[in-house]
Amino acid sequence: MTDLETFRRETRAWLEANCPAEMRTPPDDEEDRCWGGRNWKFKNEAQKQWLERMAARGWTVPDWPKEFGGGGLSKDETKILREEMRAMKCRSPLDSFGIWMLGPALLKYGNEAQKKEHLPKIARGEIRWCQGYSEPGAGSDLASLQTKAEDKGDHYLVNGQKIWTSYANYADWIFCLVRTDPKAKKHEGISFLLFDMASSGVETRPILLISGKSPFCETFFTDVKVPKENLVYTENKGWDVAKYLLTHERDMIGGMGLGGGRPLGQIAAQSVGVENGSLADPLLRADIAEFDVDAFAFALAMERAGDLMKSKQAHPAYSSFLKYYGTELNKRRHELVMSSLGSDGLEWESERSQEGDAPRAWLRTKANSIEGGTSEVQLNIISKRILELPGA
Amino acid sequence: MALVLTEEQSMLRDSARGLVADRAPIAHLRKLRDSRDDEGFSREVWKEFASMGFAGIIVPEDNGGSGLGHVEAGVVMEEIGRNLTPSPFLSTAILGATALKRAGGARAGDLLARLSAGDLLLALALDERPKHTPKHIETKATRSGNGFTLSGAKTFVVDGHVADLLIVTARTAGGDDDKDGVTLLLVDPKAKGVSIERTIMVDAHNAARITFENVAVDSDAVLGEIDAGAPLVETILDAGRACVASELLGLSEEAFERTVAYLKERKQFGKLIGEFQGLQHRASHLYCELEITRAAVLKALQMLDADADKARAYVAVAKARACSSADLAVREAVQMHGGNGMTDAIDIGLFMKRARVAQELFGDARFHANRIAKIRGY
Repeated sequence: MTDLETFRRETRAWLEANCPAEMRTPPDDEEDRCWGGRNWKFKNEAQKQWLERMAARGWTVPDWPKEFGGGGLSKDETKILREEMRAMKCRSPLDSFGIWMLGPALLKYGNEAQKKEHLPKIARGEIRWCQGYSEPGAGSDLASLQTKAEDKGDHYLVNGQKIWTSYANYADWIFCLVRTDPKAKKHEGISFLLFDMASSGVETRPILLISGKSPFCETFFTDVKVPKENLVYTENKGWDVAKYLLTHERDMIGGMGLGGGRPLGQIAAQSVGVENGSLADPLLRADIAEFDVDAFAFALAMERAGDLMKSKQAHPAYSSFLKYYGTELNKRRHELVMSSLGSDGLEWESERSQEGDAPRAWLRTKANSIEGGTSEVQLNIISKRILELPGA
Repeated sequence: MALVLTEEQSMLRDSARGLVADRAPIAHLRKLRDSRDDEGFSREVWKEFASMGFAGIIVPEDNGGSGLGHVEAGVVMEEIGRNLTPSPFLSTAILGATALKRAGGARAGDLLARLSAGDLLLALALDERPKHTPKHIETKATRSGNGFTLSGAKTFVVDGHVADLLIVTARTAGGDDDKDGVTLLLVDPKAKGVSIERTIMVDAHNAARITFENVAVDSDAVLGEIDAGAPLVETILDAGRACVASELLGLSEEAFERTVAYLKERKQFGKLIGEFQGLQHRASHLYCELEITRAAVLKALQMLDADADKARAYVAVAKARACSSADLAVREAVQMHGGNGMTDAIDIGLFMKRARVAQELFGDARFHANRIAKIRGY
């Protein structure tokens, strides 16, 4: 038996023994996941146990180095762990922007002190992070951001406004893009700062969305003092960090195209009925089948992307492809969920609909192809960097 | 298994690419088409395929083959797709070899050896309707003496008019759409009562209509089991579908690359047309569609090698995706080439023609989406 086969067997046995039954069902929505942080209230004992057991093995971040709270697993081992978790339907023990976005950026660009300070707390779910990127005047054109950080000797003084800051009202710390050189070209005067959201001068205001929920905030900074040691990488080189981090954000959002949730064929069978073994609405059936083919193939494309990265054959802009396609696919899925549910899916406040789960989730997906760079921006990136089309 | 080619597979691709591009490029297809060549392919090129080990690519080494798998066969098919090469590779090296390998029997070893040497061409006579409906078999083989009497009509038989042996699906029991009662027979195309009409197709690749009128067939002509041939048919078809998916992928990629190159050289309104965002986004979208198809096709081929019985859904997804992304690729290719794309002088239209045929071959995107719906129980 090879080492990897042994690893798979042991991993399966450990998950079987340690993943509580409640953590082997898909979460209802984003709020049913475990996000961690100073003020986190676990939904139940199982959620707490699952996080603690996985964190103790470093498996909330299996491929990070052990010294920073990771599991120190190889890429092959990480893949096996994910496969086994998927097979057993184990939930992710911890969802966090720290894991998906900041962590990889710190591993590449952070200094030793920053890695030691922040990574283990991310791995254990002790600090919840938010992302200060977009501004009211800097959306798709992110690099035109205006939030400024003035050099005051031992600290920066930060003033400005961010928008679409995910869960800023629950976050403990923020990783934030600021302008440190207003005279430089727009990409060359940006720096990447980390600071505590409890700092004096930070204010958050949740934004009510069409889904009726408020996963995003407006975030205001008024004379916020940020110690100099919280600068990541080099002053005015923050755009390099930002771009690197965005590729990870895109992988994360693109991964939503994998969906999960109840099979569409089942949802539709309940509302339109079945005749001779086929859905009674043949055109809806055709749309669902076409979606299932694309979603099945997209999952394989994600798998292949991982293998390409492992063997260093992936194009650096490959994440734009996954982000674009994954989010468009997720929107398609939720349109089909709504079509399949019919009027049941329109109930916004009722017990039967679990307070409008389906329509709220449907509306939420519309942001997928906007956040983290719009679909159009991803297509621009593919045109320019992969196809190398002129003037793109 | 990682969803990338191994080093050996990449080397095989390079040698296949060299051979096909050198000996059977698109000019080769044009020459066969324009000279109204009787056979519609080159025996000389096929001999070279055989000497490279491609004719017997999936035939075991004990039978004179290369002993490789479907991934390797797919690699060769992709190059055939890129060059629109008319070749007996699909009918003989994939369909024929799979049928003989899976069925076994007294004659299989000898036939596989001849096939691998490039001395035996096969053709699968399966479809009876203009849309692929493999379970519908009206062609009847009734018992008579020591064997059967075969009567019926087949259509869209790839390489039917050049084959040395026909693999015919026939009903030996049950009704026209029953799963049981199907038997595969090896039939001599020169036998009395067989008439073959070569049908010149839109893509200038080989196909034929074949009718059987009271053809006497010996009992040793049975491939596999009498009345229980349906699973063997599915196995042959799945190998064929995955390999046609590879061909469609290769064809799509070549059409796409030529189109992107054209966007970088054609000028209108004083600009390269590739500067227009309307075209950039469409090209980028197509890039994504092809990347997804690439993953699906490779996975299906790997599954056929690892566990053919579990490959069904993967093959359906691969063929469905290959059809839909090739369809988009060739339509965009012709549109983006503008008036040039409509001319016979420019190759791009030939890709559209072949894509149309390969989509219909063994089930189009709708056929395979329907299979996925059935597999998933809705």
